[in-house]
Amino acid sequence: MGPQHPSTHGVLRVVLKLDGERVIGSECVIGYLHRGVEKIAENRTYQQFAPYVDRMDYVAAVSNGLGYCEAIEKLMLVEAPPRARVIRTILTELQRIASHLLWLGTHALDIGALTPLFYCFREREEILKILEKYCGARLTTHAFRIGGLQYEAYDTFEKDVERFCKDFESRIVEYETLLTNNRIWIGRTKGIGILTKEDAIAFGVTGPVLRASGVKWDIRKAAPYAAYDQYKFEIPVGTTGDTYDRYLVRMEEMRQSRLICLQAIENIPAGPILAKVGKVLKPPPGEVYHAIEGPKGELGYYVVSDGSVQPYRVRIRPPSFINLQAFDRMVRGHLVADVVAIIGTIDIVLGEVDR
Amino acid sequence: MVARYRAKFGAAIVEAMEDRKQAIITVERVRLAEIALYTRDEEKFDMLSDLTAVDWPKREKRFDVVLNLYSFEKNGRLRLKAHAGDGEQVPSTVGVWLAADWLEREVFDMFGIVFSGHPNLKRILLPDEWQGYPLRKDYDILQQDTAWVRENLGIESGQ
Repeated sequence: MGPQHPSTHGVLRVVLKLDGERVIGSECVIGYLHRGVEKIAENRTYQQFAPYVDRMDYVAAVSNGLGYCEAIEKLMLVEAPPRARVIRTILTELQRIASHLLWLGTHALDIGALTPLFYCFREREEILKILEKYCGARLTTHAFRIGGLQYEAYDTFEKDVERFCKDFESRIVEYETLLTNNRIWIGRTKGIGILTKEDAIAFGVTGPVLRASGVKWDIRKAAPYAAYDQYKFEIPVGTTGDTYDRYLVRMEEMRQSRLICLQAIENIPAGPILAKVGKVLKPPPGEVYHAIEGPKGELGYYVVSDGSVQPYRVRIRPPSFINLQAFDRMVRGHLVADVVAIIGTIDIVLGEVDR
Repeated sequence: MVARYRAKFGAAIVEAMEDRKQAIITVERVRLAEIALYTRDEEKFDMLSDLTAVDWPKREKRFDVVLNLYSFEKNGRLRLKAHAGDGEQVPSTVGVWLAADWLEREVFDMFGIVFSGHPNLKRILLPDEWQGYPLRKDYDILQQDTAWVRENLGIESGQ
């Protein structure tokens, strides 16, 4: 299957070993979108590299940027001011909703449900409008800077976020009306692509896929960053680790993200938005690993500094790449038609798999 | 924890330090898999978050192989490192954490470090026939496998 196939969400080639319609083995062939992001990093200054990270998981650029900026801040031993941290949190949670919406729309489309896509893109558009009003870009946003933010929140920022969140509550119900009790949806997702708790951990799987397998672990709670320690939210978990559970987990995550946004806009602290980092960044020699909870899972940056203006090494721990590795375990024994459902349920972005 | 490691593995623990409050233990390359197994089972670092490498060409053993680990029980992280010289094989940890499979392949692909005991060590992101290891420091950013590009893409340069 692939590399050009609508359900592979990019360019992924899967070599399937079949017994009739049943999959008895698989191999993922990846690398079609490899651009050598980590090599580029070594040849740019710390600030110059920031826009490149947006182009890995290009449907969640804000999250990529947050992870990178925070990693460099940790390396430099500086902290972004409270105001910047709250605005970062709001934008990142909106981005999580947008990423999940894109997943839901395309996943349902792959399985044969056309309608959710239009609904999901309708709401996603509202988020992209907020991002555009904030920083001028919709997808590759480069929303944050090392040390905080470049842009203040625009005048009606809180109002826009609030309006979106208020509307979004009933919109999630609309999606669920279409899918949650739909017999075809249940038939195509329940019991499909089961990943046990033990396998998930052994494969290093993170994010909604791990949580659907019953592990209550979310970096926003386990090692809070940005302003997450200030807000109340739940971590949804699944029980069986099948495609249906992963659907339920992501649906609930959107609700929780909405709640975080609503809490955050209540009280955005006043003050500066950028820490004093200077124009030339020279982090002291050493290294740091910083991970955030991206929409797809643990998005980590391992950065080594030699004291110069360019990073000595930037390693990006890509959740999509590592989650995709469990695909073979999930797909064995299922039918060819289920392959599409399982690729969709892992929620990969090939820009991040290949980097 | 470091004391436990030293008591158990003695001189195989080359160095233990903290950087930015993150724990790093450097171990003897040849005993990496064995120490990894202990780290998973006894120290409860059940998840391999990431496995990568760093090239220091001026050093006698030019590569750092770096494993970033996470423990659900402790809610803590640990970084294991091993130094490897050019051409020296590093014991594979696929038997300890399944996640290491693709990660070691990527390190092999980008640095040319061979992991002994890996079940399927071949390139993962670059084409199988590609010559050279791009994340080595002596591989220039504009460098490419010109012969491969010419033969497969029919152009003089992919730059």
